Amino acid sequence: MMRFEWAVALRFLWEGGMQTVLIIAGATVGISVIVFISGFLTDLQRDLIRRTLGVQPGIIVRPAEEVARPLRGGAGAGSIEQVQARAQRLRSVDQWQALQAELEAMRGIRAVSPVAAGPGLVTRGDVNKSVTITGIVPERYAAVTRLDEKIVAGDLRLNPGDTVIGTDLARDLGVELGDKVRLSTPTSAGDAYLVRGIYDLGQRNLNRAYAYVTLPTAQALLNLPGGVSSVELAVEDLFGAEALAARLQARTPHEVESWMKANSQLRTALNNQTVMTLLVRFFLALVVAIGVASVLIVSVVQKTREIGILRAMGASRGRILRVFLLQGVLIGAVGALLGSACGYLLTSVMSNVLRGDDGAPLFTAVFNPELYFYTVLGATVLGLVSAVMPARRAAHLDPAQAIRL
Amino acid sequence: MNPAVIELKGICKTYNPGTPVALEVLHGIDISVRGGEFACLIGPSGSGKTTLLNLIGLLEWPSAGSYHLKGRPIEQAGDDERTRARLETLGFVFQFHHLLPAFSALENVMMPGLMRYGAYTAEQRANAAELLAAVGLSSAMHKRPPELSGGMQQRVAVARALALSPDLVLADEPTGNLDTHSADDVFGLLRRFNETRGTAFLIVTHDPRLAARCDRVVELRDGVIVGDAPRQR
Repeated sequence: MMRFEWAVALRFLWEGGMQTVLIIAGATVGISVIVFISGFLTDLQRDLIRRTLGVQPGIIVRPAEEVARPLRGGAGAGSIEQVQARAQRLRSVDQWQALQAELEAMRGIRAVSPVAAGPGLVTRGDVNKSVTITGIVPERYAAVTRLDEKIVAGDLRLNPGDTVIGTDLARDLGVELGDKVRLSTPTSAGDAYLVRGIYDLGQRNLNRAYAYVTLPTAQALLNLPGGVSSVELAVEDLFGAEALAARLQARTPHEVESWMKANSQLRTALNNQTVMTLLVRFFLALVVAIGVASVLIVSVVQKTREIGILRAMGASRGRILRVFLLQGVLIGAVGALLGSACGYLLTSVMSNVLRGDDGAPLFTAVFNPELYFYTVLGATVLGLVSAVMPARRAAHLDPAQAIRL
Repeated sequence: MNPAVIELKGICKTYNPGTPVALEVLHGIDISVRGGEFACLIGPSGSGKTTLLNLIGLLEWPSAGSYHLKGRPIEQAGDDERTRARLETLGFVFQFHHLLPAFSALENVMMPGLMRYGAYTAEQRANAAELLAAVGLSSAMHKRPPELSGGMQQRVAVARALALSPDLVLADEPTGNLDTHSADDVFGLLRRFNETRGTAFLIVTHDPRLAARCDRVVELRDGVIVGDAPRQR
């Protein structure tokens, strides 16, 4: 029994001519901006996190901090007024091979990389620079941190006598690819290592921070035989890292920390950005809704006589209500489909136009079908809701009066 | 004698009841129209003709009195029941044709069928085309109302009123806006459908010439029926 409603709603919209075109254009523009902002924000935040975190993993598992456990006397012993915190030694994650296997089998974890990292010095001639000597299994570490994509000279294929350092450290030391530097630690006099690769993380302090060597080399330099100082994880859902870390923490005695906890300021900034864009999207949707509602109200006024005729001929209030609700739905759905297409186009164009200081695109546009599905669904519901008031007005017109007008 | 399609007894209509500006425009109207009758309602402006027609057409509620439509009391019925009764029993022809300008002549005539059956069917299309042919508009059936003359528009309105073969067609000054030739033409159509299909008509008119061509003339004055007599043809 919906054919009547479809026939009348479509004809009323068609007859609306420029009025219909303009409101659909308005909905299209509003929805395309909503799609653009949503897509842009997601893509930008993902890329921003990737850039800001540098080589930080999604989740890091470390040995739990050592705490001082004061020995108490028997009954009558007084309370200890001051307990000195213990110095934190470089220790290995207990049973890390078993932990690694267990983590690899877990859902939501994309890659696992054992790391042995500790303080050291890199020396060339009479120049000393303090660095974090980081022992890695290159392919595992690359899977977690994408360090291989940040190598600007040489490569990440580490042999036992090789190291990979950052661009700024290389400049400070005056070394190039193929030169040798000395790596030493407080527990090892160290040895000379060939600069196999140079990385650029896009931040000067990070480009001075790490000297990568193979895992066994770092274990020897840091006096951590067979051990690792942390197990680093890449997660499937970057924004679900905190929840996953909490779940992991519950089942392991180690300390588990997500990137969100370690970078709370970045997280706060991203959250604020999300809230702000949410507000912008809400008000855009409100503007679209008001636009649809006002055009339909005008349409009800313009069509008062026709509504009266239809009512006199035998169209029920429910049918008149559905005719106008359907018009709202059609405007919302068509606006959403056109808006989604325009929004995607805008996102693609802007991803090529907006570039960072290094000339690289500020963000990469990724087609997210879920975003478009929910946009079309949301806009259709929005059109329906916007049409409620005009539709009720139309349905409650007195046919005798409407015809007289 | 055919049974009554409509039967109104003691019908009153008061606008703004219970307020200082309350106005009673109909006072105890008794009227019935039987199947196949061809009646007209005459009276001066402001006598309550259109109000009475709207009450009979279930477009307004009476303030008092009883109204039976095909033997069924309808004066207290809700909007849905009255709407259904309008669709199934009554047809309307208005003074200003009141066609839907966005739809063609054919679609206008098919509109009651679309409401009743929920879809355009081949049978309705054939019926609508036949009605338009009967009113002499075969060649204009795909034209929209603004493309038709006043007389042609009113003929489409007559065809539309008859689309679902109603028991009674209520016509509010159907020729009031037409020249004499077109008025005769449209009136002739109503008369023809009354004779060939047995449809009852109640026509409001100011034109004594047309009233003289009806079988029965009901005269309304100041909200009271002052005359109700059959005419010899």
